[in-house]
Amino acid sequence: MANKIVTEEVRAQIGKRSEPRVYEIERGAIRRFAEAIGDPNPLFNDEQAARDTRFGGMIAPPTFCRSLSSGIPQVQLDLPGFRALDGGSDWEYRHPLRPGDRITVESRIADIRETAGRLGPMVFIVVETSYTNQFGQLCVTQRSTVIRY
Amino acid sequence: MAKQLYFEDVEAGYEIPALEKNPTTQQLVKYAGASGDFYQIHYDKDFALAHQLPGVILHGALKNAFLGQMMTDFAGEAGWLKRLSVQYRGMDVPGVKLFARGRVVKKYVEAGEHLVDCEIWIENAKGEKTTPGSATVVLPSRTAF
Repeated sequence: MANKIVTEEVRAQIGKRSEPRVYEIERGAIRRFAEAIGDPNPLFNDEQAARDTRFGGMIAPPTFCRSLSSGIPQVQLDLPGFRALDGGSDWEYRHPLRPGDRITVESRIADIRETAGRLGPMVFIVVETSYTNQFGQLCVTQRSTVIRY
Repeated sequence: MAKQLYFEDVEAGYEIPALEKNPTTQQLVKYAGASGDFYQIHYDKDFALAHQLPGVILHGALKNAFLGQMMTDFAGEAGWLKRLSVQYRGMDVPGVKLFARGRVVKKYVEAGEHLVDCEIWIENAKGEKTTPGSATVVLPSRTAF
């Protein structure tokens, strides 16, 4: 089936980037996030207990990055509807995020594709977001799929 | 901290200890605040009903967090969650018990790391897998130097 929505012009938006944002990671924000998801792991809650681990102190739980919003680049689409769904995420973890870190968050449109859904055309937008610390270490990569229809 | 699991302790088919969750509307409000996701379908019932939903629904990202919790518990403090992947296929609502579950699919050594691939999912009270996914963890080895 030929693409109706995702034309060459739309696909030309692949590669679009957000302005980088920098966040300072607060210990209280990590604890509040762990409390909200109901995760009592001492690594995410208890500085004293976490000191005795190989991490030497508290770290952030894996999906804490969700609280560091990247300002996702807007994709212009000529769709009849305005509905959007979160399709899911793929995360790659290389280094932990720690209290006091300054994390630079940057998003890029990695892919735009189209399928025929039950309710009409569905457009899958893949956004890749990188989380890099103040030492230049890429800590986390997130690939999320937004479905618009 | 819980007892550390080692690479030698698991084989394909090993069942990851299930994590029971009882999400409430209060938890959705806490999660909205902690994550900054203020989409109203997660805390405003009238808004959710007007959008053809059965009521407020769980943030997909909260279910992602439940699966993350199960996997960091499984990896232990000497392990490391290397990869986590989730797909949101079905809606879940507060007031209904959920389980995060998973099993080991494969274990192998790559670039000196002892890796364990797992199939994971969120299961509702009817036994439906609303949020399937996969994960890879690094586990410590008893024999590695």
